[in-house]
Amino acid sequence: MVILVGVLYGAGVYLMFRRSMVRMLLGLLLIGNGANILIFLIGGITKGKAPIIAADEKYFTDIYADPIPQSLILTAIVISFALTAFAIVLLHKVYSTTGSDDLDSLNIQDLDI
Amino acid sequence: MTTNFILAPILVHMFTAILLLFFWGNLRAQKLISIVGNTIAFLLCIRLFDLTLKHKHLLLQAGGWDAPFGISFISDTFSAIMVLLTAIVGWAVGIYSTSAINVSRIKYGYFFTFHFLIMGLLGAFLTGDIFNLYVWFEVVIISSFILLTVGGKKMQMEGAIKYVTMNMLASIIFLTAIAILYGITGTLNIADISMKIAQVENTGLVSITALLFFVGFGIKSAVFPLYFWLPSSYHTPPSAIAAIFGGLLTKMGVYALFRVFTVIFVPDDFTIALMTTLAGLTMITGALGTINKRNIRRVLSYLIVCHIGYLIAGLGLYTEIAFTAAIFYLIHDVVVKSNLFMIIGVIYKARDTVDMYRLGGMLKDYPMFSFVTAIVLFSLVGIPPLSGFWSKIYLFQESFGQENYFLLACLVFASFVTLFVIARMWSEVFWKDSPKPLTEEIDRFKNFPKSGKFALIFPILFLAGVTLCIGLGASAVFELAGQAAHELKNPSIYIDAVLNKN
Repeated sequence: MVILVGVLYGAGVYLMFRRSMVRMLLGLLLIGNGANILIFLIGGITKGKAPIIAADEKYFTDIYADPIPQSLILTAIVISFALTAFAIVLLHKVYSTTGSDDLDSLNIQDLDI
Repeated sequence: MTTNFILAPILVHMFTAILLLFFWGNLRAQKLISIVGNTIAFLLCIRLFDLTLKHKHLLLQAGGWDAPFGISFISDTFSAIMVLLTAIVGWAVGIYSTSAINVSRIKYGYFFTFHFLIMGLLGAFLTGDIFNLYVWFEVVIISSFILLTVGGKKMQMEGAIKYVTMNMLASIIFLTAIAILYGITGTLNIADISMKIAQVENTGLVSITALLFFVGFGIKSAVFPLYFWLPSSYHTPPSAIAAIFGGLLTKMGVYALFRVFTVIFVPDDFTIALMTTLAGLTMITGALGTINKRNIRRVLSYLIVCHIGYLIAGLGLYTEIAFTAAIFYLIHDVVVKSNLFMIIGVIYKARDTVDMYRLGGMLKDYPMFSFVTAIVLFSLVGIPPLSGFWSKIYLFQESFGQENYFLLACLVFASFVTLFVIARMWSEVFWKDSPKPLTEEIDRFKNFPKSGKFALIFPILFLAGVTLCIGLGASAVFELAGQAAHELKNPSIYIDAVLNKN
């Protein structure tokens, strides 16, 4: 899992440095997923212990799985889903207005001093 | 004091936005609902500000779950100041938009998105939970994406690509930082993190997390070297949108930096040196960027970058007086920058260009408007007794006191360049005669209906009035900023408030 996070971050950063816009978006997605797995991993994984207090107890007596990382990841996934959907539409629109997938061709406005 | 009232402005904006959905095709109703909703929220924000000052802080534990288990909303002095600024600027820009934004943009849900943007900003300023802060940030950036791209021209699209990419990256870095923070402390409540992080033994990891936060918020608030998305995107959308972006969005990043680096992390020498150096470089690069630009909106975009440096410098100096100066500057900057973007919108309407060399003669044609603009420009430069002056003095004094001469040089340099650029802008746009004959087609402003003109000019007058009040009532504002700075410098006040220790 740790290696997976590293690979996701590394590949994401590599893709972001490419000139193609689609690759850049894929890179962002990979880093985003890397961040999600990082939350999962760093929150401490405990198997098969639901965080439910038994009826006759007042507090946890056993080791339990922390539910918060999962809810955080769920939120993050939903947000990144929406952002990705938006970014894909944006890329499509940019492609249809500029006719190019190359980030370096997007600097016309910076030239007008 | 624990109260539900803290959420009221947020909810008003949310319900206004939802109500707007039902009037999707009806332009007149949309404008009316937006103004009414905005005004109610504006009044509620003033009340919130007033209550916060009276009770020191307002607190809400969402769902009745006590901190640190639930999500806390807290309004202390600093939050209240930011909320009030958001309300002032949001109200002014909301009125301005009814006349400045064209029909097709309103049809594609301009007001709807606008209210969600303001809601997100208010939420970000009021929350006391680091993950909740992340969610509010996302609400804000996705609204800003839509506002930036709707009605997309080619130039707008180019700016939007850079803006979207950098902001998504910043969010992911922020999320990574939260992940590590949760891993080492096991809590998300900002006050609780602050208590627990002091006991963490792995100080290396803590410093790395702090730097991740700095990079994430640094991108959002356009700190050197990751500021370049701002000047290439902020001049592309219509003026009303640029006004709200330029005034508030970058300041949200600054707010988060102040919050995180006072309550959660206590910066070590390395972080302090990093902050002051980057602040100095932000000022220099931003200032240099303004010099060779002809497009006045681009000039203003670079000035935003330049003046973000002042705020980060205040944080980097890390004394109570420096904080006071930075907060004072923040108050002044939000109002002035939003106003300038709106002024440029009017200039564009009256001249059909934002190119400095093709503008001119504004003073002759619109003397009163030019006079108001002069007040705003002079206060941006910092001519006493206007509002920019007081905070600069204290920043200079603090850098002298700490013998940080590099920062002092940067401050002086940035001030001079601002003066030079503003003077040039004034002489090119207002003083010199218009280089081309003005025809009816060019001056669209003259043909506006009375109500349209009023909606454009009133917000500018209002914000200029606020600027004047800040300048003339400097001692009161200074006291306010001082109180906010005192609370920031002593985070135990904040922590005790959230965790109900008192």
